[in-house]
Amino acid sequence: MNEQKTNSLRNGPTEEGRFGDFGGRFVAETLMPLIRELEEAYDAAKSDPAYIAQLSDLNTHYTGRPSPLYFAERMSEHLGGAKVYFKREELNHTGSHKLNNCLGQILLAKRMGKTRIIAETGAGQHGVATATVCARFGLPCVVYMGATDVERQAPNVFRMELLGAKIVPVTAGAGTLKDAMNEALRDWVANVEDTYYLIGTAAGPHPYPAMVRDFQSVIGAELREQFDRIEGGTPDALVACIGGGSNAIGLFHEFLDDPNVKMYGAEAGGYGIDVDNGHAASMTGGRPGVLHGNRTYLLQDEDGQILEGDSISAGLDYPGVGPEHSFLKDSGRVNYVPITDSEALEAFQLCARLEGILPALESAHGLAQVMKLAPTMDRDQTIVLCLSGRGDKDVDTVSQHIKGA
Amino acid sequence: MKTERIAKKFARCAHEGRPALITFVSAGAPDLATGSAILQGLPAAGADLIELGMPFSDPMADGLAIQLGGQRALADGHTLHTTLDMVKIFRQNDDTTPIILMGYYNPIYAFGREKFLAAAREAGVDGLIIVDLPYEEDEELCLPALEAGLNFIRLTTPTTDDARLELVLQNTSGFVYYVSMTGVTGAALSNTKAVGEAVTRIKIQTDLPVAVGFGIKTADDAALIGRYADVVVVGTVLVNAVADSLDSEGKATPETVSAVHDLVASLADGVRRART
Ligand SMILES: Cc1ncc(COP(=O)(O)O)c(C=O)c1O
Repeated sequence: MNEQKTNSLRNGPTEEGRFGDFGGRFVAETLMPLIRELEEAYDAAKSDPAYIAQLSDLNTHYTGRPSPLYFAERMSEHLGGAKVYFKREELNHTGSHKLNNCLGQILLAKRMGKTRIIAETGAGQHGVATATVCARFGLPCVVYMGATDVERQAPNVFRMELLGAKIVPVTAGAGTLKDAMNEALRDWVANVEDTYYLIGTAAGPHPYPAMVRDFQSVIGAELREQFDRIEGGTPDALVACIGGGSNAIGLFHEFLDDPNVKMYGAEAGGYGIDVDNGHAASMTGGRPGVLHGNRTYLLQDEDGQILEGDSISAGLDYPGVGPEHSFLKDSGRVNYVPITDSEALEAFQLCARLEGILPALESAHGLAQVMKLAPTMDRDQTIVLCLSGRGDKDVDTVSQHIKGA
Repeated sequence: MKTERIAKKFARCAHEGRPALITFVSAGAPDLATGSAILQGLPAAGADLIELGMPFSDPMADGLAIQLGGQRALADGHTLHTTLDMVKIFRQNDDTTPIILMGYYNPIYAFGREKFLAAAREAGVDGLIIVDLPYEEDEELCLPALEAGLNFIRLTTPTTDDARLELVLQNTSGFVYYVSMTGVTGAALSNTKAVGEAVTRIKIQTDLPVAVGFGIKTADDAALIGRYADVVVVGTVLVNAVADSLDSEGKATPETVSAVHDLVASLADGVRRART
């Protein structure tokens, strides 16, 4: 793959799955042999030309890659600063970046001879993408989804059912993404023989954070080529929203060693970062801890109990973040900023009116950061936003907020 | 200079020609006063060793009963500090029953590793079972715990093959804990014959006593598993006994403490029948 530079920010993780002090393999003994097996299988697959060719073929003909790089002309004009581009992952089959990862992992599960797929989902986008690849490859699929999310992302629940997946609502805790992940892990412990756990973001125990990043890195790799063709050189700034951080790391990773490219990760600021347990900004409002197999920034109380967090966006409503982001935060390479629910709602509506695009509420967090950034930059500068998903699933939520306000 | 209570207790049970009984309870559940009364009375009821669960918001390896047990304690304001206080008070009247803290890593990490190990040792804790610290992460807590004089008891499972078992055993002390099935706590015991074979396989590689837990619910289960195992671990049914005794608002009743102790007495009877 890419040449390894000794002082590169792109060398992680270590063999132990560490990005600096973050990452690792903090799982129960029952799962440890499975995680080691997965690591071996992935190492073998990623250098197998047949596997690479099959994935690339699916990316082209099933997903519709490459996703366009689109100049958002009216948005740029309106903001009156940098030129704003959208990397349009929302045009992928199933409507988000999630399919990039699911295709990579389902091919791996097949290679490993697994016959049953489980997944967790928040917004339902990962659940839909997983149900999609399971239908495509003929494997049974069980999706764990917090009961709160089942309610606020109802259109996606029905989509998953149409695709043949079984949805299990999780009532523990606040019934959001964290609780769904706990339940998926419990399922995996009980079904080690035949089950593959298809994690939806760049978090969890090693090798998931690195593997999911690799599958999502197609975003940044395409962008480098497209941008150079359209504008020449590299963008001045990249912006993406951060749930577990998979679309963001997919956008950023390609450019980590390009010092002129500034990077911004938009976390879910909920009601505001100062509101106790009223946000899901694990990096700007949390501290390092260990959950779901990795050390990373977490929302937690004094006693190390994990907080639920809160966000209007189900896909960002998670008290942790992928370990590579924690590393990039501490190293200072990426700026992580909180975006409130109301800022995201405003961005959602503006994008609809100016560009004729409904962004997912997750992606709208990124757009809100673009709206802050662009006016501070020159007209010959450029920002690329990862438009990670489309907003159809959020129309009900948005209408409730607009009418309720 | 590890604490010696564990070794002494096993020697005594071996002398009596029977397996030892470990009882698991969630610290501070359903409330601190009731939880303390349950803890204090366990040895008299027949527990040889005690596993005290450190409540955690996200117990990924536990079934619903133990999840809810921990949640009751957390809702009552329980913290890791309170767990250590409970041990301290227990030790004022009992200096022989080993106490093993069982739980997940993050509350310890938040407490501060070195600070926690010193405080645990000081309180009278004998060992730790930390579910989400496999041997791959030994440097996090296992090695410092051994250094601080605490036993670090490792879980082995049906997915742990012989090559891996050797590495799992490397820094294990006190005893080895065999998880009888692939599943979370509270699931049903399926294949006792396979459990016997697994214990034999583990004993080829270690002289440490082998405990078996997960799925043991009755005195008969305890007697059956105690034929193979040096130690029988019982948890979920005790946590359920607490839950079943609560009133409609989830508060302790006059029956709560005795419900647990009566069950422990019958399990203690079970391990005494194991080899007769
Ligand atoms: C459209 C969209 N964007 C972003 C996210 C957040 O995930 P990640 O941070 O892994 O990209 C989600 C999660 O559900 C999503 O649906």
